[in-house]
Amino acid sequence: MMAVALFAGFALALDGFTAPANLLNIVRSVSVLGILAAGMGIVVIGRGIDLSMVSIMVVTVAIQLQLLQAGWSLWSASAVVAAITLALGFMNGFMVAYAGVSALFATLASSAFVFGFVRSRILTQDVIYIPETAGTLLWLGKARILGLPVDVVVFLAVVAVALVLLRWSRPGRFLYLMGDNFQAARTMGIPVRPLIVASFMASALLAWLAGVASAVSLQSMNTRLVNSALLYDVVLVVVIGGIGLSGGKGGMRNVVVGALLIGILLNGMTILNLPNIHQNLIKALILLGAIILDGQLNPRDEQTSQQGDI
Amino acid sequence: MSKLTKTLRHAILAGACLAGAVIGAQAQETNPGPEAYRSALEGKRVVMVPMTMGFDLAQGWNHFIGEEVKQFGGIWETRDPNWSVDAGAQAITDLISSAEKPDVLIVQTPDLNSYSRLFKRAQEAGIFVIQLDNPSNYASDVFAGSDWKRLGELETQAVIDHCGEGSSKKIAVIQGDQVNASSLDQWAGVQAVLERNPGWTVAGTADSNWDATTARNAAATILQQHPDVCGIVDFWDATAQGTASAIRDAGLKDKIFLATTGSGEAIDCKLLEDGTFGAIVTSELPRQSQDVVAAIKILLQSGIKPGESKNYLYTHEIARTKKDVAPGTCWSQAEIEAAAKK
Repeated sequence: MMAVALFAGFALALDGFTAPANLLNIVRSVSVLGILAAGMGIVVIGRGIDLSMVSIMVVTVAIQLQLLQAGWSLWSASAVVAAITLALGFMNGFMVAYAGVSALFATLASSAFVFGFVRSRILTQDVIYIPETAGTLLWLGKARILGLPVDVVVFLAVVAVALVLLRWSRPGRFLYLMGDNFQAARTMGIPVRPLIVASFMASALLAWLAGVASAVSLQSMNTRLVNSALLYDVVLVVVIGGIGLSGGKGGMRNVVVGALLIGILLNGMTILNLPNIHQNLIKALILLGAIILDGQLNPRDEQTSQQGDI
Repeated sequence: MSKLTKTLRHAILAGACLAGAVIGAQAQETNPGPEAYRSALEGKRVVMVPMTMGFDLAQGWNHFIGEEVKQFGGIWETRDPNWSVDAGAQAITDLISSAEKPDVLIVQTPDLNSYSRLFKRAQEAGIFVIQLDNPSNYASDVFAGSDWKRLGELETQAVIDHCGEGSSKKIAVIQGDQVNASSLDQWAGVQAVLERNPGWTVAGTADSNWDATTARNAAATILQQHPDVCGIVDFWDATAQGTASAIRDAGLKDKIFLATTGSGEAIDCKLLEDGTFGAIVTSELPRQSQDVVAAIKILLQSGIKPGESKNYLYTHEIARTKKDVAPGTCWSQAEIEAAAKK
């Protein structure tokens, strides 16, 4: 609703807002955010939250580029990084599912630990460029598929795959059940613990993918992203899209709507030449409003109080 | 040989030695420099607190300034706040109250105000304060770095010179943020040049918040709205990567001239050569570091107390284009790191 209203408002008020190229800009500006939000959405549907996504995104891609610079081939570097990514997702999932740590604290801690460890031990500087030897990655940054930049295509593909998996696959349906009522799902014999681990591994993989999409487009990875507002934007997309933080609700449609809303907002504010400080203020107000609305629409009930919040 | 001649010879020898010693002492007295230099500088503690150690500027300073401090027998240390203003303030506070206070503190301030009171406290505690790269509202013993307003002027002038009178006379500006002096002053420089060149306008402007992705999205939006923009002024090479990516995506690489600033690390020359950047004003880091070294040497020998003088050392800078790139124009971080490992 809000997205439509904003869109209509900007379309009427701003010249050139509805030009096809500008609409593509809007989708492109949120494609990395959208890929991250898809991962976050999956975890939130299972009544978790993954605050380590941006950290994992930065760290995995930075290691990948560092390996490429050291002369590794694209395939071997990617294979090693895929293993690292899955291990990070497993670590998060294990802490939540088996060690019983709240997802909020587990991923908050792992985020700081993983970034701190890699930044201090492995990387020598903040910005790591794609070396010229990695021609494939540089080419991907310029490639167009059906006229669409690669990051947009990856975003659409991620949404499509996640949509199918969540709606029509057995683990997908189990995830909704688990998010909706953890105890009941467990009693029914759903393997809840492996499912939690799997959801965190999926979000870690999507974080890596988002990082690669961002790096090929900018031809570099700036590890300073960890200190940016990106993580809040991801949560913002999930919440204003309508994926309830109490789990079991929403889907990929909400991710797309949420991401587009942010995209429209940022695009419109940039056309209006609003300074960054005001842009952040407006985003923060919208997040607050959305969380209050989420509380109204998905009230904390008896069930929530029994099994605890995220 | 008689006893007398022996004594005489000894006396002559002793006299010669004595004369030699006197002449030697006189020679030393006529050049007191080396001893004065040594005694004023040896064992002095110099600590640098940049915004982060993890970027090319800080690593360059660490190499160029650190080498010389160690050379004159000083103690060189760095603290890494990793972009956190709080961590930086904490590091400076700790240094002021530590038992082994530094003699000189070199700080790259993140904004106009945050560290101003700390600078004053440091000076009261007997520590010379050198502000590097980013100026603040507090005038400390020395500011060394760029005149950012002039940098903004050079960038804008480079764009205007390249575009020419026959162009749309429209430029776009990707700023950093609204609190950092380097960003605010560059903007003032842009305005100053536009005032001198009537007819030229800023078609669109946005803050990158020093993030390349934000810069890319903002530049893409501005280019979409104003495809006839003939040049873009971006305030930093790392964010200009994002701006360049937006220009590339819009298929305007040959039409839009991108001017920016940078540290002058090897990547800057590469991006200039491959046409990603049209012009770049580099911080001339080796030269700037030499200014800081000279300031340290003079402050420690001058006999003045911290806070008694205020000095500004602006680095001489020019806007370089592709034709100015020669071997040695840029400095190489890889070479510095390789040298450090030896």
